[in-house]
Amino acid sequence: MYAIFRKELADHLESKRFAILFILATLAAVFAVLLAVQNIRGAVTSSSEFVFLKIFTISSEPLPFFLFFISIFIPIIGIALGFDAVNSERTSGNLSRLLSQPIYRDSIINGKFLASLAVLSFMVVSVIAIVGGLGLRIIGVPPNSEEVLRLVAFALTSIIYGGFWVALATLFSVSFDRAATSMLVSLALWIFFFLFASMIAEAIANARVPLDQNSSLEMFARNIEIQRMVSRISPCNLYGEAIVALLTPEIASLNPALMMMSVAVAGRMLTPLNFGQSLLLVWPQVVSIVALAAICFAISYIRFIKQEIRAI
Amino acid sequence: MGQVVIETKDLSKTYDGFTAVDKLNLHIEEGEIFGFLGPNGAGKTTTILMLLGLTEPSSGTVQVCGYNPDREPLKVKRIVGYLPEKVGFYEDLTARQNMEYTAALNNLPRREAQERISNLLSTVGLSQVSDLEVRKLSRGMKQRLGIADIWVKDPKLVFLDEPTSGIDPEGIEDILNLTANMAKRGMTVVFCSHQLHQVQRICTRVGILAKGHLVAEGQIDGLGRQAIAGGRYRIEAQVGQVHQELIDAIKRMGGVTDVQDSGDSLLISCNKDLRKQISKLIVESDNSLLGMRIEEYSLEAIYKKVLS
Repeated sequence: MYAIFRKELADHLESKRFAILFILATLAAVFAVLLAVQNIRGAVTSSSEFVFLKIFTISSEPLPFFLFFISIFIPIIGIALGFDAVNSERTSGNLSRLLSQPIYRDSIINGKFLASLAVLSFMVVSVIAIVGGLGLRIIGVPPNSEEVLRLVAFALTSIIYGGFWVALATLFSVSFDRAATSMLVSLALWIFFFLFASMIAEAIANARVPLDQNSSLEMFARNIEIQRMVSRISPCNLYGEAIVALLTPEIASLNPALMMMSVAVAGRMLTPLNFGQSLLLVWPQVVSIVALAAICFAISYIRFIKQEIRAI
Repeated sequence: MGQVVIETKDLSKTYDGFTAVDKLNLHIEEGEIFGFLGPNGAGKTTTILMLLGLTEPSSGTVQVCGYNPDREPLKVKRIVGYLPEKVGFYEDLTARQNMEYTAALNNLPRREAQERISNLLSTVGLSQVSDLEVRKLSRGMKQRLGIADIWVKDPKLVFLDEPTSGIDPEGIEDILNLTANMAKRGMTVVFCSHQLHQVQRICTRVGILAKGHLVAEGQIDGLGRQAIAGGRYRIEAQVGQVHQELIDAIKRMGGVTDVQDSGDSLLISCNKDLRKQISKLIVESDNSLLGMRIEEYSLEAIYKKVLS
C-alpha cells in the first residue's frame, strides 16, 4: 500500500490541478486577511482577550472573512482530489494492470484516500500557517497558548471536513464510469448543501412557525431553532458552526436563539468560554462530520472491493 | 511434457443470466505457447480473469501453478503476468517510471528493479524512449512496454490478451518475436487472439473457444484432422467426366482419406501433396483434367469449420 500511497502523493503534488488550487486558496486567504487586519483595530477595543484569532474571524467589506473562504475552498479541494480516483484508472486502462499485481485490492483505494488526505492536510495547514504568519507580522501580537490550541482544533476539523468531501468524491468515482459525471455530481451535491439546505430549512421553519410583526420572542426563537436543526443535514452548516465556535470563544451556545435571549437577559455578551468548553460545544458537529466521512468511505470501499472486473 | 500450469474443471461463469464461460476444461503445461482462439465475446477474457482471481467463477475449479486463484490471489498474481487487451499506462509518467511503479508494487528491491527494467527496455527495443512520457509513445511501443511491464516480476505464466490488435505489421512481428522469446526463457504463454495466422506461427497448441465452450483443442495439425475429418491437404480436381470408377481408383491411392463428388469436380482429402499422382491417374483413365487446385488446411479453415 505504501507504494501506491507514495505514487499517488507524487502525482497529486506534481499535478497542475494541485498547483492551481493551492495558489488560488493561498491568494484568497491572504486577501481576506489583509482586509481583515485593516478592521482589527475597531474590533480589538471591544474585546481584548483573543486578538490573534480575530485575524481569522473578522469580517470586512467587500470580501467576506477568512472562514467563509476556507469553507468554500475545502470542499472544492476535497472534490478535486477525489473525483477521478478510481474511474480515471479504469478509463485509462491502468486498473486491470494494477489489479493483476500482487497487492490487495483495498490497498489501492486506501492508498489513494490517504494520499488525498495527506495533500489536503498539507494545504490546510500551510494556508493557516501563511495567514497566521502574515497576521502576526502585521499586528505584532503573538497568539497565546489557548489560541494555538484553537487553531490546531480548527485545522483538524477542516481536515476532517475535507476528508468527507474526498470520501464523497471517491464514492462517486467508484460509482460513475466517467470522471466528468462524478465531478458534476459531487459539485451539485456541494451546491445543494451549501446554498439550498439553508433555504429549505428556512422554508420548513416558516411553515411550522409562521412569523409576523406580532410574534413573540419565543416564536422567533422556535423558528430559528427549527431552522438550525433542519440545516444541520448539511455538512457545510455543521462545519460552519464548528469552526465559528472554535475560533470565537465568545460564542457560548450554537443556538442563536438561546444566545439572543441570554444576551437580552444579561444585557451583555457572555464571558468567553475556555477551550475545553468550546470543544464540548462543537463535539456533536465534529463527530457528525467524522461519521459522514466514514460512511462515504466505507460505501466506496465496499463498492470497489465488490466491483467485478468484467470483460467488455 | 512438464508440469501442469493451468488446470480447470467445468469452469463456468454466469453474468446476470448470461453464460460467458460454460464448463470449460483447460489443461496447459509448462513451456507451452497456448493459442487461445475465439471470436469476440467467446469468453476468452472472462476465462483469464478467473484464472487470475480477478473474477469469481460461478462454478467449477481452477488451479494455476498449484494455487487456487480465488482463495490465494496474491500468490497467483506474484507469478502471473497479465497484459490486458486495452492496456493503459500513466500517461504523465515516463516508460521507465511506469515500470518502476510496477516493480514497487511487486516489492522488488530498488537497485535490482532498476537493472532489470533497463535490460527489459532494451529487450523490447524501447531503450531510446525510456525517459519519454508514455503519452508520446505510439500504440505499438505501448504494447511492447506492456510486455516489458509484465516481465518485470519475472513471471512463470503470462496472459497476453489480444496483444496484436490495432498494431501495424512490423509491430506485430516484434510482438510475436517477443512472445516466442518469453517462451524460450521458460515462461508459459497464453496468447489470446483472433488473428489466426499469428497464432499459427508461434503457438505450440491452440484451443478454440466459442460461446463459452472449448470446441476444439490440440496441435494445429491434429486439430485439422479432428475438425475436418480428413487429411491436411484438400485437392480440387476439375475433370471432364466424373464416374465412379475414377473415384474408386483415387480412393485406392495411398494417402487419400476421402473423395467426394461435387458435380463436375472431385474433392480429394489427403495427407500429402498428391497432385502429380492424381493428375496422372486422371489422364491415364482417358479422362480430361481441366483444372486442379490445392489447399492446405489452415487454422482459418479449422476455425471456420468449428464455429459453423
